[in-house]
Amino acid sequence: MKFLSGKSTVGHLKTGIRISLILLLGSTGVQAADVHVAVAANFTKPMETIAAGFEKASGNKVIASFGSSGKLLEQIKNGAPFEVFLSADQKRPQAVEAADLAVPDSRFTYAIGSLVLWSAQEGVVDDKGEVLKSGQFQHIAIANPETAPYGKAALETMSGLGVLEALQPKIVQGDSIAQTHAFVSSGNAELGFVALSQVINDGEISEGSSWVVPLDMYEPIRQDAVLLKTGENNAAAKALLAYLQSDAARAVIAAFGYAVSVPGTLAETTSLNAE
Amino acid sequence: MPSDADLVAILLTLKLAGLTTLILLLLGTPLAWWLTHSHWRGKSVINALVALPLVLPPAVLGFYLLVLMGPHGPVGQFTHAIGLGTLPFTFGGLVIASVLYSLPFVVQPLQNAFEAIGTRPLEVAATLRARRLDTFFSVVLPLARPGFLTATVLGFAHTLGEFGVVLMVGGNIPGRTQVISMQILNHVEAGSYLQAHWLAAGMLVFSFVVLLVLYSFAPYTRRHH
Repeated sequence: MKFLSGKSTVGHLKTGIRISLILLLGSTGVQAADVHVAVAANFTKPMETIAAGFEKASGNKVIASFGSSGKLLEQIKNGAPFEVFLSADQKRPQAVEAADLAVPDSRFTYAIGSLVLWSAQEGVVDDKGEVLKSGQFQHIAIANPETAPYGKAALETMSGLGVLEALQPKIVQGDSIAQTHAFVSSGNAELGFVALSQVINDGEISEGSSWVVPLDMYEPIRQDAVLLKTGENNAAAKALLAYLQSDAARAVIAAFGYAVSVPGTLAETTSLNAE
Repeated sequence: MPSDADLVAILLTLKLAGLTTLILLLLGTPLAWWLTHSHWRGKSVINALVALPLVLPPAVLGFYLLVLMGPHGPVGQFTHAIGLGTLPFTFGGLVIASVLYSLPFVVQPLQNAFEAIGTRPLEVAATLRARRLDTFFSVVLPLARPGFLTATVLGFAHTLGEFGVVLMVGGNIPGRTQVISMQILNHVEAGSYLQAHWLAAGMLVFSFVVLLVLYSFAPYTRRHH
């Protein structure tokens, strides 16, 4: 056959090389790049959806690392190659600013978190959180309050109910809210304070039993994002932050049970507790 | 200065390492003896199982322990049935995890020591009509003393440094499961580097001194090839 002759094989090879060059140049032409993002563990599920949407819309690639906000902050301070930081609080992005590691005026609130007392079993948690007063359980899991804002909110809730002292011996701490959720979902802790985003599915908590803690029982968990200096010249990093404030991303964030801050106002969280 | 919580963590860690080492010496000695002298064909399977924690990521061990010892796991259901409750988040759970985690660090030095002794001294003792248990205590134990020292020191030191497994099954409870390595992580994540330094430097110095003592006082018997 003709195209198997030596000359035309070389010809094919040349065409091939030309095509791959065009593809290579083409991709740099639209400025596709990687964005390294440090993400608070509570935002894992929404971030996966948002990253997929962003990658599809922009052609950029999101490389996300999840952990407790405290751990991520220390990693950033010690030179971790993150370009964007999505914290679970405001304190730590402010600390990044104070350490002169953030791009000035890039910080904004991307979500306001909700705390939920959750058990993987039916009938353990009632819809008013009375189970905390009964103390009829061996272990209650919270995230480390020193490093994870949801852990701090859990302490505030128990303290406000006047049950903290009585429950202290039963508290087990997860390194992040993700590990806390694992302790509860595996049944090792009968119940625990987790992020609503971890247990919500299509707008409702489908598994186990739960009590969405009223927002006035703990300091609002305002979650701030900030552009790090390492990402100052990465257009993809800026694009991701812009995308995070787009209607598409806000819809995802709201679907995971967060309140989304609109400049000046706050949207209401949907009440999931049965009346 | 180390805080009160740090001191609690230090005491707890020493208690954990001490208890673990004791249990490992009691279990590891007959196991190492059996591994040295057994002619069973499947012995290499046991050898491989004993060595497994050397290469296995602690997270793997911790994950399986969390699942197996949890309320839905077979071990958890057994411990619950006999009234012990479930083991994750308890000191007892950490002891079990540590025994598994540090197993090769105790068994392998003992096994090496028993192998170095060989069968000759045992045969001589037998011709002198020594009973087997008598032989073990008056011949094997003294000869294997360096092996026991190595096993004790390594088992203890390795348990002190345990982190991944504790992170998975411990729950970071002060006085019960919050060991030194967890406390260092807490300090680092909270940005309290000074507090972290106290504990970290302490661990560094302690570990070095322990190994220094080991190498100074228990010179390995050189093997000729």
